Amino acid sequence: MSLFSRARLGALALVGMTLLLAACGSSSTASSTPGGVACPSPTSLTGAGSTFDNPLFTKQFQVYPAAKCGIQVNYQSVGSGAGIAQLLAGTVDFGATDAPMKDTDLAKSTQGPILHIPVTLGAVAMTYNLAGVTKLQLTGDVIAQIFLGKITTWNDAAIAALNAGVTLPNQKITVEHRSDGSGTTGIFAAYLSAVNADWKAGPGSGTTLNWPVGVGSKGNDGVTASTKQTAGAIGYVEAGYATVNNLPVATVQNAANAYVGPTLDAIKAAADNYLAQNAASVPADLRFFIVNAPGAASYPIAGFSWVIVYQNQSDSTKGQNLANTLWWMTHDGQQYSNALNYAVLPASIATKDEAQIKKLQCGGSACYKGLFG
Amino acid sequence: MNEVRSVTGAATSAATTHRRTRITVRGMALGDFVLQNGTLLIVIAVLALIAGVFWVVLASSMPTIHQFGWQFLTNQAFDPDHNSFGVGPAIFGTIVTSVFALVFAAPLGIGAAVFLVEFCPRRARTSLAFFTDLLATVPSVVFGLWGFLVLAPWMQHSGEPWLKLHLGFLPFFVGTPRGVGLLTAGMILTVMILPLVIAIAREVMQIVPNEQREALLALGATRWEVVRYAILPFARVGITGGVILALGRALGETIAVTLVIGNQANKISPDLFATGYTLPSVIANQFGEATPGLFRSAVIEAGLILIVMTLIVNVLARLLIARMGRHHRVGGLVA
Amino acid sequence: MSTPLPFAAPQTAATTRRAVVNGVAIAFTTSASLFAIAVFLVIILYVLGQGGQYINLDFFTQLSPPPGQSGGGVGPAIQGSFVLLGLASLFGIPLGLFAGIYLAEFGRTSNFATIVRFFIDVLTGIPTIIFGLFAWVLIVVPSHSFSAYAGGVALGIIMIPIVTRTTEEILRLVPTELREAALALGVPEWRTLLQVILPSVSRGLITGLLLALTRIAGETAPLLLTAFGNSFWNDGLNHAIDALPLRIYNFAQSPFPVQVHQAYAGAFVLIILLVLTSFGVRLATGGFRQSVR
Repeated sequence: MSLFSRARLGALALVGMTLLLAACGSSSTASSTPGGVACPSPTSLTGAGSTFDNPLFTKQFQVYPAAKCGIQVNYQSVGSGAGIAQLLAGTVDFGATDAPMKDTDLAKSTQGPILHIPVTLGAVAMTYNLAGVTKLQLTGDVIAQIFLGKITTWNDAAIAALNAGVTLPNQKITVEHRSDGSGTTGIFAAYLSAVNADWKAGPGSGTTLNWPVGVGSKGNDGVTASTKQTAGAIGYVEAGYATVNNLPVATVQNAANAYVGPTLDAIKAAADNYLAQNAASVPADLRFFIVNAPGAASYPIAGFSWVIVYQNQSDSTKGQNLANTLWWMTHDGQQYSNALNYAVLPASIATKDEAQIKKLQCGGSACYKGLFG
Repeated sequence: MNEVRSVTGAATSAATTHRRTRITVRGMALGDFVLQNGTLLIVIAVLALIAGVFWVVLASSMPTIHQFGWQFLTNQAFDPDHNSFGVGPAIFGTIVTSVFALVFAAPLGIGAAVFLVEFCPRRARTSLAFFTDLLATVPSVVFGLWGFLVLAPWMQHSGEPWLKLHLGFLPFFVGTPRGVGLLTAGMILTVMILPLVIAIAREVMQIVPNEQREALLALGATRWEVVRYAILPFARVGITGGVILALGRALGETIAVTLVIGNQANKISPDLFATGYTLPSVIANQFGEATPGLFRSAVIEAGLILIVMTLIVNVLARLLIARMGRHHRVGGLVA
Repeated sequence: MSTPLPFAAPQTAATTRRAVVNGVAIAFTTSASLFAIAVFLVIILYVLGQGGQYINLDFFTQLSPPPGQSGGGVGPAIQGSFVLLGLASLFGIPLGLFAGIYLAEFGRTSNFATIVRFFIDVLTGIPTIIFGLFAWVLIVVPSHSFSAYAGGVALGIIMIPIVTRTTEEILRLVPTELREAALALGVPEWRTLLQVILPSVSRGLITGLLLALTRIAGETAPLLLTAFGNSFWNDGLNHAIDALPLRIYNFAQSPFPVQVHQAYAGAFVLIILLVLTSFGVRLATGGFRQSVR
């Protein structure tokens, strides 16, 4: 046998193996169940973005294919900034972000208008790693000064003044922040900008900031892991990451001067109180922050998280699957929220979501034609 | 033996199956013509691919090159929110961590190679050499995993406090021990380029003709003197080339460094405990979210600068290695 | 003619000094190699020890569980790595192989070949993340999708210089007599190459390919921007696909113990694969004997 036929055999084997491997696992078939709209031909959806949402999304998308038509949703938690950028680049079917897109980014769209659909409600927890300290109270102003690098040790007078009775160590503070563009950063920075003028004039708000100090890690995962293993660290993470990992969480002073932790009730209170007071000012495109919400029970660093999609879907089958997926996420899918420390969407927002989803256009008509299955 | 026989057999059978009728193109057999020009086309395709890589990176960097010019190299901020971009801290971090790695990996690697080639008992030599070669194939993500989960916490609790206590008078060990930072990244890089230095230094020293060694031994030289006067002068240029090649590898290392450097664009200071940034880490962290326009261009220009830096280093290394002789393409497979 | 070599004239004091220097040098070089080997043993054995505990059938066949839940595996990453290696080979091996044949058989010492060699050497020095950037701009953006193809191209480019160099070097080792024997029998050059020379070096060529494959099997950086990762089984080569190194990178930074365990187990699998391949290569080429000077 000459080398070349051997090489050809090898190449064939490689191609064969490639196809075989690619084929396995994708053998789901279209089937319709009575009681709903018939399943379209199954297509997988690709989404990317927020790590804030990831624990919830992973759970939802694990359950979803079995629940509805076998639609497989590949969600990569690469950070909200990446979710926005990849939607603009058209490399994903949907993005997810906890900071609404800025006008300048919306203007970069080459495929028409982009819709914001709130899919969950959560909190940014201030977690820390201090041996022996289980209870910590912070104000927005002190957090801003820590993250600006103006307060550098844990027993600084400004922190001590808020924590009478707590023995704070004489230890350097390590600020933990994100290295990727993040909506968690977006909520956190929006809060600090609301309560501290220096922060507003300095790093400001956005998904990627020019951090004055700290250690940058990738995703909520990275910040949590890094805080967990760095003595003297303080970081901001989506609340579920802290609770699941049994990390201590600081209570933060809210607009009514009460110290509140990122509990489910406090997140819900923040959204309800914000919406009650600003019902008229919630913009039609649903791009808004609820940081520093009024009310004594409100946690001040809470926020919605959005799925972002193009209003005009070029692929009708995909568009239908996408609309159905979003409908399921904002309705049945909400049942998985509480166990993972996310609040269920308030009724007023869920109603607005339905209107947003119905705006999705598939070749001239609405993508959403009723829930599958 | 068997192989040779089967090969001669193949030659005769090839001769007999070859038909007499010859189609010729410009005086060559058609097959020869196709083979020669076909492979030439492939070579041209490969060259075009290389040119394509450079062109794509250069063309995609033009927006920030126009906007910021040379300031991009020194600007501290990488701030999409204010449309201000620069990679000064990343260039600094890239150079500091790589040079750190070189300062430690070069003597260790050359020393280990000298041992393996000159001093090591013959029986242990093969397996030790095999082992060091094997290490060169360990992927960087494995070093990153270990660096982030084991080395960084150890550095925060033991390594850095010890350095601060005993060497704190130096400006390098003054900051807050955080585990991650320039020092830890430099250490991981040291470990990663060490097998490369060992492999190239070994190859170069093996080229030194045995007569050189024997001549000096006959003169009554000690084994170290053989190395000092017969081996190292001969191998110096090649080893230097290899070490520079390793520097190139360190400059471009992405994954392991990103996990342990702290990803923070700090002001330039001699403190090795400080967190930092490198050019490959900027790309790895920021690329996904780089929206079209200046942001994307800034990330790609970080890649362009990285290409230019590694190109200079590599060309220098190749020229030095080439001086070792045309027929010894040293360090080819590991590099 | 200036300084005489120290060992030229034996003297007692100098002899002692020389013996001490010799001892110190041997001690330093010995400890340098011991240090290098010890450091690596610490790292490799630690990772193997951690990873080995979490290897089971599920690890290779199951999907990852949601964060915080236990069980599951990294099946899609294993699948993805094989698919990506296959695609990279389809792209990189033909280009590398034929370029190597050209350099060895036709280019030889021509100026053009020297320039080609130089650029191919330069290609080995470019950080691999750059190829990720390249494939992202050229494939991912225009096709509006992260894909196995893009990952395969990025990895394939990394293979090219390795395959080219080994092919060229191995062909140059073929004894001239073999070539002359075939040509003397009236066999044209192309047949000599395909039917006589290449089969005689097939072992060496396969070794080169294995080296190239081991090199890319652990590559992570170029995949960040191309293959992208996928938590499910890949359902098409034009879709995002997972890969083992990518999964290790993501899980290494996870706060969830299950994911960290899977990262270690992934590293275990990579290391074992590399060790086996290296042993295979050594045995196939008889390298255990050759590498002795």
